[in-house]
Amino acid sequence: MISSNVEEYLEALYNLTRNGKVATTTEISERLKIAPASATQMLKKLADGGYVRYSPYRGTTLTEKGLRIAEKMTRKHRLLERFLHDILKIGESMVHKQACEMEHSLSDQAEVALCQFLKHPHRCPDDHMIIPPCDLPFSSCKECLERYADGVDRVERRGENLTSIGDLREHDVGKVAFIRGDRRVLQRLLDMGLTPGTSISVVKVAPLKGPIEVAVRGSKLALGRDIACTVFVETAKSGARGE
Amino acid sequence: MNVKHQKDSKHLTIALAGNANVGKSMIFNQLTGSNQIIGNWPGKTVERAEGSLHFEGYDITVIDLPGIYSFSTFSLEEVVSKEYIAFEKPDVVVNVIDASLLERNLYFTIQLMEMDTPLVLCLNQTDVAEKKGITIDTHRLEATLGVPVVATVATRGKGIRELVKTAVQIGQRKRELKQIPIKYGEEVETRINRLAELMESERVESPYPARWVAIRLLEDDTDTKELVGSQSEHVTDAAQALTKELETIHKEPSFVVVSSERYSLAARTASDAQKQGIVRTSFSDTLDSITTHRILGYFISAGAIGGLMLWTFIIGDFLSRLLSDVLSLLEPARPRVTGPILSILWNGVFGGFIAGVTLVIPFVLPFYFMLAMIEDSGFLTRVAFMMDNAMHKIGLHGKAIIPFILGYGCNVPAIYSSRIMETKRERLLAAFVITLAPCSARTVVILGLVAAFVGIQWALALYLIDILLIFALGRIAFKVVPGRSTGLIMEMHSFRVPSLSVVAKQTWTRTRSLVYVVIPIYVLGSALVQALYAVGLLEPLNDVLSPITVWWLALPAVTGILLIFGIVRKELTILMLAAIYGTTNFALFLTPVQMITLALVTMLYIPCLATIAVLGREFSWKAASAMTLAEISFAIFAGGIASRLLSFVF
Repeated sequence: MISSNVEEYLEALYNLTRNGKVATTTEISERLKIAPASATQMLKKLADGGYVRYSPYRGTTLTEKGLRIAEKMTRKHRLLERFLHDILKIGESMVHKQACEMEHSLSDQAEVALCQFLKHPHRCPDDHMIIPPCDLPFSSCKECLERYADGVDRVERRGENLTSIGDLREHDVGKVAFIRGDRRVLQRLLDMGLTPGTSISVVKVAPLKGPIEVAVRGSKLALGRDIACTVFVETAKSGARGE
Repeated sequence: MNVKHQKDSKHLTIALAGNANVGKSMIFNQLTGSNQIIGNWPGKTVERAEGSLHFEGYDITVIDLPGIYSFSTFSLEEVVSKEYIAFEKPDVVVNVIDASLLERNLYFTIQLMEMDTPLVLCLNQTDVAEKKGITIDTHRLEATLGVPVVATVATRGKGIRELVKTAVQIGQRKRELKQIPIKYGEEVETRINRLAELMESERVESPYPARWVAIRLLEDDTDTKELVGSQSEHVTDAAQALTKELETIHKEPSFVVVSSERYSLAARTASDAQKQGIVRTSFSDTLDSITTHRILGYFISAGAIGGLMLWTFIIGDFLSRLLSDVLSLLEPARPRVTGPILSILWNGVFGGFIAGVTLVIPFVLPFYFMLAMIEDSGFLTRVAFMMDNAMHKIGLHGKAIIPFILGYGCNVPAIYSSRIMETKRERLLAAFVITLAPCSARTVVILGLVAAFVGIQWALALYLIDILLIFALGRIAFKVVPGRSTGLIMEMHSFRVPSLSVVAKQTWTRTRSLVYVVIPIYVLGSALVQALYAVGLLEPLNDVLSPITVWWLALPAVTGILLIFGIVRKELTILMLAAIYGTTNFALFLTPVQMITLALVTMLYIPCLATIAVLGREFSWKAASAMTLAEISFAIFAGGIASRLLSFVF
């Protein structure tokens, strides 16, 4: 089983390698508050395990395998932050630290239950960073709610890298994979052409976190930012996840 | 052919159905010309357009249905369209399609075919399609679907005659209906058939065709489940099981499967029938990039709204001057408060009528015309796109900008148009915000009192303060009103030259609610309230209200009944002031502070009686009273504060 230490590293790398950046050893040691030598040692071990690609001079990036775990950890961390902040009303200064400690012991089952309990939130309370989508193969959160009882573990897991339309930039393209949200909105999005596997391209992103205009099936659709954040697409560029 | 036949067999109904912005209204206009009646669907606050035409001895009624994207209805308007097609069973449905958006449009066409409706496809805007390099083989499309296809360019009247001819043929069943049934994937089809058979054996009755009901059951549609479940639980249980089977096979919820397959069919049919030539960047695309540009776009949006307001301001100012001229010319138009009761009543009736005709309509009409032009050209969707974020702060989304701007003309039609918001909560919030927008009557007060005697900059300041208050109060309402809001999902159709006939129709529809709602209330209310004053029943109210008016607001005691008058007609406030004091030179008995305070309170305190009536009808009397109460309290509060602050300035 993966140790908490490994999970911490991968999570830190996830945050440092957003937007396709490479993480330097200095950055990693600073973030995790350890000596650079220890960091280097750990990174070599992670590279051996296939979680990262490590180059002494250029820096570290996550592999597919490492990315998946990192995403999961980040997801758990952020879900916990939401829980601590919104439900338990823990003070903001404590939330991050507490979530950090709890995330390693949160089982996958508990994670799903937490997501449902919190009504599938999109973002963190403090820095408003998006909560990565879970890797369950449902098309919508409603399905997750309905079918979770049937035994989630028997269902396959997805492996693709997903980005929400809300995070895309102009001229990005993608294929619809998964839509969060309530049935009514979901049906409307389907009726307007956003069915699974459909190609979309971003025509315009309104400034100040405004709506996003996408081209789909030959016509143009404006989606409010919140709704855009519930539609997840597979993009060509994996690993370059913008925030 | 045989003129001796009874009228009924030579009569048929045509319903126009299709997505929004495909040119349905143009087709409707082409078919019916001036023989149009526009009303409301019974029991619903959705506009109904009905017209008639005569063709080769046939008496044809044409109904223009609200735009609809799918029978899984998202908004109230779509429910109306769905129910009309299902229950009224028109003789023929003309499905108007935008030739440049074939794939999207065919999605609904397939649903219409599933409902077994006698259908004619009207392929409209073929000229626009050509400009985009798209050519459509209508014969191929016809062969694939088994539905007659007629190409039209509604703006030029091309193809209309053939459209009517084909519609009549289908409607009268003179032409065989050879619709080719749409088939889903096999695993879906077997289940549909199973359910259809089951429904037959269980003798389930419904106004819809069995196949359609089966599909809806597999889509897990709530309304259909209720309809069938109340007759046979056996069927709904079976449907549940079959739905689960589909989900296991596809690893998707069943309704996603159905929608996806439907779109695949639409896509295949479309690509089969159309050819895409070279796509040239159209003028529309260029305009798009300008109007949604991160900086320029905002300037343009602000400029458009500002321009509309300025236009309003200039016309309003002109009209208020006109009104004061009219006041001195037409004696009877001035409210009378002395003399025999009957002549006062008549004076009230006449005055109310004149006010509606000479003030509200000439002011509102050009305003709505300008707005309809902006709307029809497609410009307004871009404004909504840019403004969505700001609207979010008060719990609405970009589309709300339309009813909001309408409110500056008159609150009544603006509240009707809040139905374009999808949820009840959003409609309520939109209506609340609308009532805070100063309508033309309030503009008359602001201009006649503040602009004329204190200064135009103060009048402008009042408008600005109003916008800020709308945001502040809107936010509070957002927290208080229960329910949820949807986000923006809006089709951005291409820019086009607005068609005058559609614009005229829109303008008239909005102005019409003024004529039918506002004027009667104006007339009766004025008569009543003037008469009450004349017999002295209102005077005592001055004393009752004086703690508020005199002490808190620092206004003369007479303001008490002025504000009561203002409930009937906002501009009656200053008209009655002139009548009671016998002069229109308000500076003689009101200080600048008092004038601004009075204008502020008038602007905020209560929607007029006509507005309250509409609020009560559209929503509930509980909601209407809550809003009224909230606004009165806030207006009085704000007025008192303003009065005290202003005394430092003047």
